[in-house]
Amino acid sequence: MALKKQSKAISSKELEKVLTGISGLDEITLGGLPKGRPSLICGEAGAGKTLFSIEFIVKGALLYNEPGVFMAFEEKADELKVNVASLGFDLDSLEREKKVKIDYVHIDRTEIEETGEYDLEGLFIRLGYAIDSIGAKRVVLDTIENLFSGLTNEAVLRSEIRRLFQFLKSKGVTAIITGEKGEKTLTRQGLEEYVSDCVILLDHRIINQISTRRLRIIKYRGSVHGTNEYPFLIDDDGISVLPVTSLRLNKEVSTAVVSSGIEALDKSLGCNGFFKGSSILVSGTAGTGKTSVAASFVHAACKNKSKCLFFAFEESPQQIIRNMRSIGIDLNDHLDKGYLEFFASRPTLFGLEMHLVAIHKAIKKFKPAVVVLDPITNLETIGSISEVKAMLIRLIDYLQEEQITVMFTALSINNAINEQTDEVVSSLVDAWIRIRDIEDNGERNRGLYIMKSRGMKHSNQIREFVITDEGLNLIDVYLSDDGVLTGSAREARMLIEKTGKVIQEQALSRKDREIIRKKRVLEAKIEGLRTEFESIEEELNKVYVEEELKKQIMGSALEQMTELRKGSSAIQPKKSKLHKKKGK
Amino acid sequence: MDKFYELRLYVAGKTTKSVIALQNLKKYCEEHLQGKYTIEVIDLLVQPQLAEGDQIFAIPTLVKKVPEPVRKIIGDLSNEEKVLVGLDIRPLAANR
Repeated sequence: MALKKQSKAISSKELEKVLTGISGLDEITLGGLPKGRPSLICGEAGAGKTLFSIEFIVKGALLYNEPGVFMAFEEKADELKVNVASLGFDLDSLEREKKVKIDYVHIDRTEIEETGEYDLEGLFIRLGYAIDSIGAKRVVLDTIENLFSGLTNEAVLRSEIRRLFQFLKSKGVTAIITGEKGEKTLTRQGLEEYVSDCVILLDHRIINQISTRRLRIIKYRGSVHGTNEYPFLIDDDGISVLPVTSLRLNKEVSTAVVSSGIEALDKSLGCNGFFKGSSILVSGTAGTGKTSVAASFVHAACKNKSKCLFFAFEESPQQIIRNMRSIGIDLNDHLDKGYLEFFASRPTLFGLEMHLVAIHKAIKKFKPAVVVLDPITNLETIGSISEVKAMLIRLIDYLQEEQITVMFTALSINNAINEQTDEVVSSLVDAWIRIRDIEDNGERNRGLYIMKSRGMKHSNQIREFVITDEGLNLIDVYLSDDGVLTGSAREARMLIEKTGKVIQEQALSRKDREIIRKKRVLEAKIEGLRTEFESIEEELNKVYVEEELKKQIMGSALEQMTELRKGSSAIQPKKSKLHKKKGK
Repeated sequence: MDKFYELRLYVAGKTTKSVIALQNLKKYCEEHLQGKYTIEVIDLLVQPQLAEGDQIFAIPTLVKKVPEPVRKIIGDLSNEEKVLVGLDIRPLAANR
């Protein structure tokens, strides 16, 4: 029998589905509820069955143009309308537009006497009439089990309920039947016997005084579906279910870079910032400035006109804005311009899963490029470390898919348990920045280092992290004989070195001057020698010229004397004498 | 015994149960309420819109509108005792 049914489902290739319009549920069921068939929603009192089903009807009417009939066995139509008005559903106007019909079936045992045989044809007629009057495609019966409290003939009821489901199928409506959870069965009256296509269980659990709503698809014949327990949230917008983990690990990656807001940190990261869509963990002990790092990250992103969402689990937005103003970061401005939004909630407000759902919702609504969670360690007050990790995995998963850069801050206390937390979370993140206290020399300073940064050539240096009126900064590593110096020790050392430098400079310039002076003296000496040399040279020249002159004068005098002695022949001896001189 | 009884019997077509119910009803009324009652038979197959007003879900249903309080008796009315108790007709009081 079961085999036959299965093969039938396969042969019809694919089950037609109807989108519920409940955010998240359609993802888990891969398309919604089975079309034209009844589905069972069961759960304890207060699990959200009625709300779930009414949302199915309202969303159908509003989003998919599928009118719906809501047959209420528990609440009166007026009560129901008031109850769902808080979710922004205006059933009255929908009813006027003939998109929704609410039929309250009142069953009061005190008014009813049973005698003899009967059937529930009246209910069928009512339902049929309601469906036909608005052309309904969706039907909710909430909760049909009330019939059992009103009527005693169980045999009749059971056969009639079986007939009712046949009737619904024949009408071709997609139906939700709700049922209260029984002690050992899914529903008190074993409705799951009759509805075999799709069964969804809603659960409301309280762990450590914090309640979490969960949803699980118990069965969905002829369809693949998520089998996990999915947390869901009921708030102003109705129900949102969270499909927790994506099954694949093939997200798109980006090489675009987002600045950390601290110039020096960007530089030490080696890539001028963090990769877009990556996750960053900033951990440190109390008072090391984790929130300041986060704020400056947000500040930088907002200045680049990216939208940022700041989840504060510790401080109120006003508190953060005030505190950040003291370090020269004006977040209020970004808030006014709409680039920044705060989402503050106490961790203990609701369970971890709910936080996750709330975070998802806020992100979906605001569509930020940068998300900050400050601090994640506060979430440990409501869940164990492994639960927090599981939650963060899902969150990082989702953010990566959306290419949203996320920065977590985490408080670490120097004891074994909390160091562990760091490690647990750190394996998930892409970049991990640690801020450490450096206690030395009677003061406390902050040291910042990059523990890891996937895919970046990051610096391995511990750098001093300073918080000033103008923002955050990293100061270059100051190495001395005593190791890395920070704070006033660094300042002192810098001062010493500075004075040393001045003295050295002065010494240098004194030497320079002396050289110049010496040079001048030497130059003067050289000048003196040169003039001396010139005068000697002139003297020598003078002697030489005189000699020459003497020779000339003596020569001509000799000629004149020979001429006088030999008359006209006196020219020849003169010539021969000149020749003789040359030959010498 | 001055009260006047306004009775409505909701049926869905001429089913065996409906026919038996109507026969039974007529019989009891003639016996106990002669001349002080009206029976209106409403066929929901013809007038389905009336089902909601009287909160009908089972067929057949007998509704006693007047005198107050409103009572409903569902089934083919085969148990005379129960019908008479349901309709607040004397015999029960007499038996007491």
